Amino acid sequence: MSERTFTIIDDGRVAVLGAREGAEALKRAEAEGRPVAVDPEEGAAYLGAPARARAAALASLEAPDFTLPDLDGRLHSLSEHRGKKVLLVAYASW
Amino acid sequence: MITVAIDKSADDARPWIEAARPAHPSLIDTTHTLADRYNIVNVPTILWIDERGRIVRPNDVAFGTDTFKSITGIAAAGHLAALRAWVRGEAAAIPEARVRALQTLPTDDDQRARAEFGLGEWLFREGRTQAAARHFARAGELAPHDFTIRRGTMPMRGMDPMGQEFREMRGAWAKAGNPYYRPLAE
Repeated sequence: MSERTFTIIDDGRVAVLGAREGAEALKRAEAEGRPVAVDPEEGAAYLGAPARARAAALASLEAPDFTLPDLDGRLHSLSEHRGKKVLLVAYASW
Repeated sequence: MITVAIDKSADDARPWIEAARPAHPSLIDTTHTLADRYNIVNVPTILWIDERGRIVRPNDVAFGTDTFKSITGIAAAGHLAALRAWVRGEAAAIPEARVRALQTLPTDDDQRARAEFGLGEWLFREGRTQAAARHFARAGELAPHDFTIRRGTMPMRGMDPMGQEFREMRGAWAKAGNPYYRPLAE
């Protein structure tokens, strides 16, 4: 029987680690003050962004950059719109 | 203009985008990347970003039309007039100190909720729908004001985001004295 693996999702990157490596990665993330969601049964965890960092970025009023796909999978970044006024609209089908 | 659909899949947003045929980038955010960066907790949420990439109007609630005005109580005209004045350079920008005062910044629980969402979203995509539902529920407990999580995950939990479960959620939220939409106080 193979050793149990542990999947870590970190900023969109998925890494499959050994059980011990996974536990160490979680400990590191927690020491860095990152929010961590764990599912021991599924052997998976998600490492999020700390509130402090996100709050500081927003409070600087420098609009955080992001890159997202359109319907055709083509990627667009906010930073491509520098020099133009941008109305940013978040909506949903729900 | 950049529009971002905070939805579980591109196909959920596709009918609206194909009907609108927008000239602007019309993007899909299945992992709540935008919600995480901008502390977005409901839709619609709008922001104004100036030529230098500075936030000049923080998260606000605005509609493009009056389609839902009878439900939301928010008319489109106010924001549209302010937006036109800003774009044409007719109105002075909101002072930075005021923009900061109007911002809502994420708390530790907001970010813990987003981590729970992120794990749930990954599990859902792996076909682990029951495990995913546990983390979506936990995320909603951590951030009960975050409807991108509580309502937005309903389609991944076999619930109708326009149906009875949503009406009950919204009813309980209102009964506890909380607003569902939080437009900027101006």
